Amino acid sequence: MIPYYYLASVALIVIGIYIVIAKKNLIKIIIGLDMMDTGVNLLLISIGYVKGGTAPIENGNYTLYVDPIPQALVLTAIVIGVSVMALALSIVIGLYKNTGSLELDEIRRERK
Amino acid sequence: MKRILGGVIAVLIFIVLALAFVHIPFGNIDLAEYHYYNPVDNEHTQDSVPQHYLDEGKKETGSTNIVTAVVVDYRGFDTLGEVTVLFLASTGVGSIMYIFEKEKRRKVRRANAVVETASKLLFGFIILFGAYIFVHGHLTPGGGFPGGAVIASSFLLLYLAYPRFHAEHKNLNIAESLAGLTFVGVGILGLFLAGYFLYNFLPFGLPTYLFSAGVIPVIYVAVGVKVGSELTGIVDAMMGVRE
Repeated sequence: MIPYYYLASVALIVIGIYIVIAKKNLIKIIIGLDMMDTGVNLLLISIGYVKGGTAPIENGNYTLYVDPIPQALVLTAIVIGVSVMALALSIVIGLYKNTGSLELDEIRRERK
Repeated sequence: MKRILGGVIAVLIFIVLALAFVHIPFGNIDLAEYHYYNPVDNEHTQDSVPQHYLDEGKKETGSTNIVTAVVVDYRGFDTLGEVTVLFLASTGVGSIMYIFEKEKRRKVRRANAVVETASKLLFGFIILFGAYIFVHGHLTPGGGFPGGAVIASSFLLLYLAYPRFHAEHKNLNIAESLAGLTFVGVGILGLFLAGYFLYNFLPFGLPTYLFSAGVIPVIYVAVGVKVGSELTGIVDAMMGVRE
């Protein structure tokens, strides 16, 4: 039986992929990319989970901790995701100011 | 057509990933039992990386928060690259938005009195909270990146409340450059004093105290200031408010 955490994060990744393929609005595509990002982060974090473990902050009360490495890597991944989102959104703002539209179809028609 | 194609591809990927992740155990992992393959001696050792960090992290870095120990100390160079990526993104957003500066901006309606007064009152406290998060990065959850994001959110509040507000770009640049220089300077100082880039050369002090963990708080304060000013710069460029 596949755990819910994996199932939910895989579902997030797949919904993101579907949005990127099927939708034509640029803002929706960026939202899809961000959902994929979130799904991958959730997947990494849940792989590092240890049953009964707490956050890896040693204060003497606990002995069992979860894996700290995925958390450190996800910290990096979140920051990179934010950077990519900001760049993509600014490009979309520029495209909207030039073409007056966010739909990929209309932008393509305008180019011809 | 595209929707059907997208749906079919999505379902296929879902099935493949679900079948793959059935085999990965969830939760009941013993970190000490991860086998580490040593390619030099061609043998499997019992000393797994996460267990080493959990057992020796406090002794080797002085940091109570092991995630911070991994991010700033064991993989500090990686964090330097990450901060550089954020800097490049901020520069990119600024330069892309600068091209569209010349057009006339649409009129922005003023926010109402509740938002204006509340943001004036909350601004200082939000910055204080952000500073608290990144100063205590080696003791509590959080660190430079969340703290910087909180500081940027306080500026975003001001941008939303006062349409004519804009952060002084020169000051942002100075804060960001100083923070970046501190990070690299601490790294180079470690190179000179002990022979490793980003070596933790300061005394560790007592664990769980504020002044502990050597250079980790210094680096995290620098990262917090840098992330805060960069995200504020991104907000500023996207709002497009100039005199």
